[in-house]
Amino acid sequence: MENLFVGAAEGLRNTLSGVGLTGVWNDALLMLVKLVGILVFILINALWLVYMERKVAAFMQARIGPNRVGPKGLLQTAADIGKLISKEIPIPKDADKVVFILAPCLIFIPPLMVFAVVPFGQNMVAIDMNIGLFYFFAIASLSTMMFWMSGWASNNKYSLLGSMRVVAQMVSYELPLVLSLLGVVMITGTLSLTKIIEAQAHMWFIFVQPIAFLIYFTAAVAECNRCPFDLVEGESEIICGPFTEYGGMGFAMFFLAEYANVMLISALATIVFLGGWLAPFGWTFIPSWVWFFLKMYLMIFIVMQLRWTYPRIRVDQLMGFGWKVLVPLSLANIFITGIGVYIYRALGW
Amino acid sequence: MRTQEYVLNFGPQHPATHGVFQIIMTLDGETVVKAVPICGYLHRGIEKLAESRTYTQVIPYTDRMDYMAAMLMNLGYVQTVEKLMGVEVPERAEYIRIITGELNRLASHLLATGVYALDIGGLTGFVLCFRERERVMDLFEELCGSRMTFSYMRIGGVSEDFPEGWLDKLSNLMKMMPEYIEEYNGLITGNEIFQARTKFVGAVSAEEAINYSFSGPPLRATGINFDLRKQRPYGIYDRFDFEVPLGERGDSFDRFHCRFLEMAQSVKIIEQAIEQIKEIDGPIMAKVPKVIKPPKGEAYHEIESAKGILGYYVVSDGSNKPYRVHVRRPSFINLGMLDKMCPGWKIADIVAILGSFDIVLGEVDC
Repeated sequence: MENLFVGAAEGLRNTLSGVGLTGVWNDALLMLVKLVGILVFILINALWLVYMERKVAAFMQARIGPNRVGPKGLLQTAADIGKLISKEIPIPKDADKVVFILAPCLIFIPPLMVFAVVPFGQNMVAIDMNIGLFYFFAIASLSTMMFWMSGWASNNKYSLLGSMRVVAQMVSYELPLVLSLLGVVMITGTLSLTKIIEAQAHMWFIFVQPIAFLIYFTAAVAECNRCPFDLVEGESEIICGPFTEYGGMGFAMFFLAEYANVMLISALATIVFLGGWLAPFGWTFIPSWVWFFLKMYLMIFIVMQLRWTYPRIRVDQLMGFGWKVLVPLSLANIFITGIGVYIYRALGW
Repeated sequence: MRTQEYVLNFGPQHPATHGVFQIIMTLDGETVVKAVPICGYLHRGIEKLAESRTYTQVIPYTDRMDYMAAMLMNLGYVQTVEKLMGVEVPERAEYIRIITGELNRLASHLLATGVYALDIGGLTGFVLCFRERERVMDLFEELCGSRMTFSYMRIGGVSEDFPEGWLDKLSNLMKMMPEYIEEYNGLITGNEIFQARTKFVGAVSAEEAINYSFSGPPLRATGINFDLRKQRPYGIYDRFDFEVPLGERGDSFDRFHCRFLEMAQSVKIIEQAIEQIKEIDGPIMAKVPKVIKPPKGEAYHEIESAKGILGYYVVSDGSNKPYRVHVRRPSFINLGMLDKMCPGWKIADIVAILGSFDIVLGEVDC
């Protein structure tokens, strides 16, 4: 069970060399299979998360949620996607057509790119980059562009308001996001995600860096435009923000990309703070990749709970909170971590 | 850096305007520089229509004005005509009017709380408030067959007596209400983000409130103790013991909080009325002629509706149709200060301010 995917990859490699394909071609084909596997995993997960969100919301609100389409409503997302595919994608009259169509096409790129370096289990990472965390920071900030493009191209004042808010929000909350993870980098001395997981063999970093975890979590929820920071798509004020003018599959792309983003930040939280695929208390009878999924889904569940409990924050309060509270806190965290590391090394532990 | 002001149409079609209400805002970035509210999208000419209907036929029209608190709209109208005709309503009918009126006030305030939470962004509060509202509406459906536009009151009394077991169901619901109100307190009122969004936003001083004829929760939020049920008790309100919640700063949070606390007071009044009505038996309708022809004259009567002071002015010329019916609509008058209040706040605050006034467009436009 533990080596299900690793064994399958080995088997594929042996089959390919048996057929006669060796060396570079063998590796390239295997890499292609891994990447396609990850893509399929993310997209199916995004579909599942739509259903999970609706059920979690319903149970928090004393309702039942989808329960008609398929057993217990499991095929609801399929029905929704089918409906959205069959809809017309209206393009507003004076909209910038190229940018308007381009935005939903490109929105999936950042989350999919970062998942290539995420270790799903022991020896289960597509590309073991030694600057994995830095790669995450670099690519994740690209999502801002797509929201900005869609808001500007819509030729709609509400969308414009939404996209300006997006730029302000996502740029401001990148800083606490990066700074909070720097504490972990200082302790482990490496940016590679696999080595960060290995360094947590004795104790997970959430206990060593609790403040950093909270700052990271808050900043990550803000990066995903989820409530309480969802003023970008703040329904009751600017209707849908940058996505107001999109219908059909265009809207579905934004919708699913939001869930891919939530998965991404949950996966990062799991890797950096919760020990990745390491089993707590040494319970290794459950495979490592199952542990990874369980922890990731725990974080996703907490994100969903937050969404349906809290109201929305206002834009100037958001900026105030980000710059005046989170950034100084994360700098203080780095300072304390630095002193801690120095003392640790000086005492020779 | 050169910036430009732009005009945003906070249009009649918008999730946060509580109906078809338009504000044409001139914005500098996110801050409102000028706001021009435009109402009238729901004008149906009720006051003109009332001139060609008999007195009893006007009652369904009054339902449709403030459709959230229809019982209280009915109550105001029938009490005005009764004042014009000099009719005395039997004891049991008065108690039934109090119970149904306060129950409707509770339902209206539940809706106001839930929808305000929705406007600020906490969708869960909205659905939970509606869970209780459904119970109240089920009770009303059992009583008079309708969930929203009741047309329950008649000139001289009420149309139907309580069905069997209705008072016990109501009693059970009232026993459970304090627990639900505590739940909303934790989820909505006590929430830090909610308080940060609504405290000090759209503050109105007591002097301004009186100058602009505010009434109801917007007036009491500024600290002025004026509730018609205590100042000029109508019906049998002087037999009940309840408090009038007041605010301090007159901001959006206080307006919301007054309404929130009034829910508990309505529960108190209903419980007292249920106790007192058990001993009273009798007719539910006074002896009024089948064709209602009030003597020539005019009458003006005010009641404390869920939204504020509701007044009806009825002029009779001796025939069976009123010569003129005019309604002093609290939602319309409470909006008088909106264009002075909006400049200086952000768009998100406009939503908070508008929601805290708790307007119903049917009443604003009539």
